[in-house]
Amino acid sequence: MQRRSYFLNISATLGFIFLYIPIISLIIYSFNKSKLVTVWGGWSWQWYVELFKNDQIMDAAMLSIKIAFISACLAVVLGTMAGFALTRMGRFRGKMLLSGWISAPLVMPEVITGLSLLLLFVAMESMFGWPAGRGTLTIIIAHTTFCMAYVAVIVQSRLSDMDESLEEAAMDLGAKPSTLFFLVTLPLIAPAIISGWLLSFTLSLDDLVIASFVAGPGDSTLPMVIFSKVRLGITPEINALATLMIAVVAVGVVVAMLQLRRTEKSRVEE
Amino acid sequence: MSKLPGYALVGRILARRNLTFNRFAAFNPGRKAVISIPFFWLAVFFFIPFLVVFKISFSESDIAIPPYTSLFTWDADEAYATLTLYLGNYAYLIEDSFYLDAYLSSIKIAAISTIITLIVGFPMAYLIARSQGSKRLILLSLVILPFWTSFLLRVYAWMALLKKNGVVNDMLMALGMIDEPVRMLQTDFAVYIGIVYTYLPFMILPLYAVLEKMDLTLIEAAEDLGCHPIQSFFLVTVPLAMPGIVAGCLLVFIPVVGEYVIPALLGGSDTLMIGRVLWDEFSLNRNWPMASAVAIVMLVVLVLPIMFLRNRVGNKESI
Repeated sequence: MQRRSYFLNISATLGFIFLYIPIISLIIYSFNKSKLVTVWGGWSWQWYVELFKNDQIMDAAMLSIKIAFISACLAVVLGTMAGFALTRMGRFRGKMLLSGWISAPLVMPEVITGLSLLLLFVAMESMFGWPAGRGTLTIIIAHTTFCMAYVAVIVQSRLSDMDESLEEAAMDLGAKPSTLFFLVTLPLIAPAIISGWLLSFTLSLDDLVIASFVAGPGDSTLPMVIFSKVRLGITPEINALATLMIAVVAVGVVVAMLQLRRTEKSRVEE
Repeated sequence: MSKLPGYALVGRILARRNLTFNRFAAFNPGRKAVISIPFFWLAVFFFIPFLVVFKISFSESDIAIPPYTSLFTWDADEAYATLTLYLGNYAYLIEDSFYLDAYLSSIKIAAISTIITLIVGFPMAYLIARSQGSKRLILLSLVILPFWTSFLLRVYAWMALLKKNGVVNDMLMALGMIDEPVRMLQTDFAVYIGIVYTYLPFMILPLYAVLEKMDLTLIEAAEDLGCHPIQSFFLVTVPLAMPGIVAGCLLVFIPVVGEYVIPALLGGSDTLMIGRVLWDEFSLNRNWPMASAVAIVMLVVLVLPIMFLRNRVGNKESI
């Protein structure tokens, strides 16, 4: 028994070290004074300054944030509808089809999704003249499509775990279906919707492959700029950018965990 | 009771009778919209695109906008419509062993890295599931943090580590394990590291979800009855964790088969993966019909059987 926990602890610890070595080295090297990324030249903020002076990266970041924000909002609305339809609406025609379509984008290789959407946009443009050209709009449509799948899965699992008695009670007291949804169901699934929104935002901000397929020649999102820079080698500004992004995520995770601990504690006290 | 609106009363009776549709099902005027809006969206932007890819895979590459021939031609004078199906793309896929090699090598790389990810991830998921209170939350957030961090940047981090004068080579030399820097970047080794690293959270989280719910008394019972810990692990823990293992493996295997970014940044020019072939066919050769044919074959050969398998497993679970 003792020996087993020994083995378990060591192999799990090695796993966590493996998970953090690259992240820690990125953070340390982002403060490296030397232009040669692997030679340590002392501590410095200079790459952060350079990063904010780099218009190409800043413009791409703004575009990516805009796309991610709009896609996440659309994905939350569509994904919640789909998750709700699949768990709370009983049987309807096409339910199997909808549940297949909603889970498929989660595992679909990105190159296939990207290529198929591009060909659709090209075909639609030659047939109906819409969307005229490719750019921000086509990226938003593509991101909404795969993000809504994540939202639907999260909302679906929250709804199927949830006790229906509150909804039943509201119905018994005469709530209209729309009142019931907005005053009872929606507040209950709000945590799932928030995490779905955050996940969609992150996925959209991170997507390189699909955006590269459906973007027009003029629009470069942040991952596209990073990819083209990184292909040529290592750039210290990207280290600084990575560190900033990790810091934002870390704050988010800590806040979420504190929240989780508080709700768990209050549940125990009850 | 009589003050209740009629439909609520009927709804209650239906709900009590446990009919398959519940109160939202029966009398909601918004019901149609809630179902049909996401349905319509997915039909247009998820399902129809596959039909378009299928169609274009039968076109011929052409120097035009868009760069492929159309399947239908219409001769107005003769009132003659022709449907031309060009099978050359598929014939070429079979003839040129390059494509077959790329498919096989993608499957090999995906399978090996899925197994490594499982081996690395299982103890981590197990440890998290067996920890209590704050320790569990901290360990869990240590897994979630990389999960939410940019995929591209995590791949990029390995470029700096595996470079010829990078951190890993420096450390190995300082330890005296090697005399001169080893080429690690732009090899298959780097691709495996990159895949295992970036997909590890996708393996750990589903494993954790099943291990957390596991009834520990079952292991105690097995060991009380004389099971060796190793035996009880393979006879009790693994079968109980199976849904998580299957989910984790599928979440890693399928996307990895079509992976583009990792082989492009960490792999060498000889690292053959089908996602990269598709990308190059599309962007370098601008041969959209060929890229479509590659996508259709990838979909049919790899993805469909696995989705079928997943549905089978999923159905069993729900029963």
